[in-house]
Amino acid sequence: MYPAEFDYHRPESVSDAIKLLQENPEAKLLAGGHSLLPVMKLRLAQPSALVDISRISDLKGVREDGDTIVIGAMTTYSELMGSDVIKQKLPCLIDAADNVGDVQVRNMGTIGGACAHCDPASDFPAILLALESEIKSVGPNGERTQSSSEFFMDMFTPKLEPDEVVTEIRIPNVSNIAKATYIKFAHPASGYAIVGIGAVRTNDGNVQLSVTGSVPIAARLSAVESEISGKDLSDDNIKAAAEKATEGLDFVGDIHASDEYRAHLTKVYARRALESLK
Amino acid sequence: MAVTRMFGASVKRREDARMMTGRAHYTDDVRRNHTVHMSVVRSPYAHANITNIDSSEAAQMPGVVGVFTGADLVDDVAPVPCAWLLPDCNLKVPEYRAIAVDKARFVGDPVAVVIAEDRYQAEDAADAVKVSYEPLDVVTNQEAAVKDGAPQLYDDVPNNLAFQWKLSGGNFEEANQSADIRISQRFVNQRLIPNAMETRGVLADYNPGSGSLEVWLTSQNPHIHRLLLSAVTGIPEMNIRVDSTDVGGGFGSKIPLYGGEMIACGIAKKLGKPVKWMESRRENYVTTAHGRDHIDYVDLAATSDGKITGIRVEAYANHGAYLSTAAPGVPTWLFGTMLSGPYKIPNIECTMNGVLTNTTTTDAYRGAGRPEATYLLERMMDLLAKETGLDPVEVRRRNFIQPDEFPYTVATTLQYDSGNYDAALDQALEMVGYEELRKKQEDLRSQGRYLGIGFSTYVEVCGLAPSSAAGMMGFQGGLWESATVRVHPSGKATVLTGASPHGQGEETTFAQLVSHETGIPFHDIEIVHGDTDRIPFGWGTYGSRSTAVGGSAIVYASRNIVEKAKRFAAHMLESSPEDIDFNDGVFSVKGSPERSKTIQDVALAAHLAWDLPEGEKPGLEDSYFFDPTNFTFPFGTHICVVEVDAETGTTEVQKYVAVDDLGNVINPMIVDGQVHGGIAQGLAQALYEYAAYDEGGQLLTGSMMDYCVPKFEHIPHMDVGRTVTTTPVNPMGLKGAGETGTIASTPAVVNAIIDALSPLGIKHMDMPFTPQRVWEAIQERKGS
Repeated sequence: MYPAEFDYHRPESVSDAIKLLQENPEAKLLAGGHSLLPVMKLRLAQPSALVDISRISDLKGVREDGDTIVIGAMTTYSELMGSDVIKQKLPCLIDAADNVGDVQVRNMGTIGGACAHCDPASDFPAILLALESEIKSVGPNGERTQSSSEFFMDMFTPKLEPDEVVTEIRIPNVSNIAKATYIKFAHPASGYAIVGIGAVRTNDGNVQLSVTGSVPIAARLSAVESEISGKDLSDDNIKAAAEKATEGLDFVGDIHASDEYRAHLTKVYARRALESLK
Repeated sequence: MAVTRMFGASVKRREDARMMTGRAHYTDDVRRNHTVHMSVVRSPYAHANITNIDSSEAAQMPGVVGVFTGADLVDDVAPVPCAWLLPDCNLKVPEYRAIAVDKARFVGDPVAVVIAEDRYQAEDAADAVKVSYEPLDVVTNQEAAVKDGAPQLYDDVPNNLAFQWKLSGGNFEEANQSADIRISQRFVNQRLIPNAMETRGVLADYNPGSGSLEVWLTSQNPHIHRLLLSAVTGIPEMNIRVDSTDVGGGFGSKIPLYGGEMIACGIAKKLGKPVKWMESRRENYVTTAHGRDHIDYVDLAATSDGKITGIRVEAYANHGAYLSTAAPGVPTWLFGTMLSGPYKIPNIECTMNGVLTNTTTTDAYRGAGRPEATYLLERMMDLLAKETGLDPVEVRRRNFIQPDEFPYTVATTLQYDSGNYDAALDQALEMVGYEELRKKQEDLRSQGRYLGIGFSTYVEVCGLAPSSAAGMMGFQGGLWESATVRVHPSGKATVLTGASPHGQGEETTFAQLVSHETGIPFHDIEIVHGDTDRIPFGWGTYGSRSTAVGGSAIVYASRNIVEKAKRFAAHMLESSPEDIDFNDGVFSVKGSPERSKTIQDVALAAHLAWDLPEGEKPGLEDSYFFDPTNFTFPFGTHICVVEVDAETGTTEVQKYVAVDDLGNVINPMIVDGQVHGGIAQGLAQALYEYAAYDEGGQLLTGSMMDYCVPKFEHIPHMDVGRTVTTTPVNPMGLKGAGETGTIASTPAVVNAIIDALSPLGIKHMDMPFTPQRVWEAIQERKGS
């Protein structure tokens, strides 16, 4: 519970942060720290330096850009939950944020931090996938915007260079969202998702569904989506679609919940999520 | 007795102001100049020979004062003592070194310590200590450990069997042969990990000039720890001060003396500097004594109309790698003697095998032995109800000891003080709306839903204990308690108690008691505990004894104060003591209430001593040593109502009713808190908590990310009621409230879940009822 020695930097800007990352190849970005600091305290991670970007004001806040909602990467869960824009237009993000950790975690943890960490049991990757969000990052060679499905590559592995900083999460076509939700079966101790399902129904009849927790990295439930999209959300249709929730996916297991149990819960929660889209 | 209303009042806890504003002095808050800090190098193997320790690099690192191995300290610190030496059971107490010498026996066993100027430096250097191990075969399960050919932890403890303890009353074999009904069931009472808010820690400050050692220690029993520290360090007892005034919870885990604390004291003496060590939460999980971990084989004999004629338990308790301070007493005396519960069971037989394995030590954990006994008994009652077709309520009633049968001696020789078991059951049934619930259950079952109702009609043993009983059981101490009530010249009072509350609120409760007895206002009474330099002696807080035993000493000391004050008042009022009334702190002449003196007037006069009554000495102080004549036996009924979501296996507690009979209650709010917390803890065993080891002896649930201490959202609403059956054992007529919730709740929750699942043909499952486990059981039944 006592981390090894490290340097601490608090750059004023993203470009300064990138410069520090280039100068210190063993450095890590600190973007809230509720995942990083515990592993440092266990000495499982021993970065030479922490580059704290959590107070860079350019990276904070929620704004609208036409029909896109833009969330600064260093916006905390608490700030997100307090945002009027989110309350009015994307309350499903409040469902998701409310499921994250506890008050202290929500006060410190940031959306960009959660994305870049790519924890397989993290809540936000699932809902951001279902919303077909984009993730913008800046590196030494300039900025790029990737779809969330490209970005969440693998367990703890975002599509991100070591000297690249996530700056924005962009949720497009907000006016086309008819209903959206995030529901979760949490591990009672850690609060992390054993299964979390993000679900979106659009005005044009598409259903977008994603899963976290039960799989190595958050993923779309494309078999369910193609089964249900364009159809009535009748009980029978929902049931038939939810049965396909495990198709094409590998499931993870541990002492708390086996892969078989997680696969089962994925079906149950896919069904429950679809029911709430009615 | 004074007529104030302090006894029975829900006075707010006075200790909370300092605890909730960060002004308490927990061990880590104490600062001494020139303190050095300790870090412990621990074995990553559950069982290994230590072949070499190379500390040369660590010793050169910045800030490092010294590196010590077990061998370095063999002459400075004696082995960790075991203080419960069970007689007549071939007890073998293996050598338990504070730092392992030659061999490590569980993951986390200390191998070396580093002392440095700050904790970070100590941790860095600990990482640099190079230890070579030769791993050995590992055994973590107690049934496996006693089998021939199992890995042996010690050369001189064959089959890893530390003891085999037997207790019997009547003749079970006979009862079993003539029984109409025989039920057998194996129960696993899983291992639990205590989680006090404050981890263990010590600050040891040795003064080479005076030869004295001051120790701030996370202890539930500082005088016992002073005695043991004296024994292991060789520093005379009168030169050791242990201060445990503010301790952030214990639940039994701060009863034992541990190696870390001993080493810090030993090294403080060696270096002549204060040494501090605070356990990290990670260390807490692997080195602070765990609880429970029984495997119990139970046979029950009964008549066809549901009367139990006998019970036999053959059990295996997992003690971990060493015998912790009180460990041998927990699964034996505190378990076997309680196998009659509230029932008349003429024939009882218990065999307990105490087993050593490559795991963390186990010791007392809230309830200590009694939850294990209550759990298996209450589960057996439900199995008996099933077998006889009787309602679980009825089968219990048919076996209850009746109110007019007290004092009642059970087959295990304990004499229950008082009880009225039907009364508590009746009240609980009414509170829960039992008949309605059974109808609702039927309705829901027809809709394919799983509602269950679970009972626990428990009795437990509290107020430990008559010292003669302690001696008979092999506990290496007395179990009386002391109190000093000192009234100052101003009429305000300081009370010294040997009980050592660490969160239970006795600074409030005890002040209420003294105020009640003497009429001195509550706010004028100070309660001092936990400091061996101020308290004459005490055996500490555990076994729901603080108020039943420590409170009794306070009451008697207070009464002696009042008696002396009455003689002074009579003298001052030119009357005789027989003609003096005492009410609410005022002494007055019978028939002339205007002629009066307050206890404050008397306190001043007694201290000035200008005009002493004939034969009286100055001052107003009394010390009392109270040794109870018997234990106390709180009892009650808990009823839990659950619905199981068959789709996910999740259990939702819909209702929880607890009716406890604790005798009289001094502070109902504090007692409610004890009951609520206890229920939460017992419910957690049923639903959430379990320690898991892998085959190599690694603790898989070694952090709060994996081990589920219930959060607020996991705790149901509880309806708490009480009946009052007083005990003759102490002057307050109260029984103790610290452990009832934990003891009662686990089987109530489990019985409810099994009741819910009974349409599927499920008769028993072991705890904890995690959703996956329940789902799998349902799948299995539905598939078959």
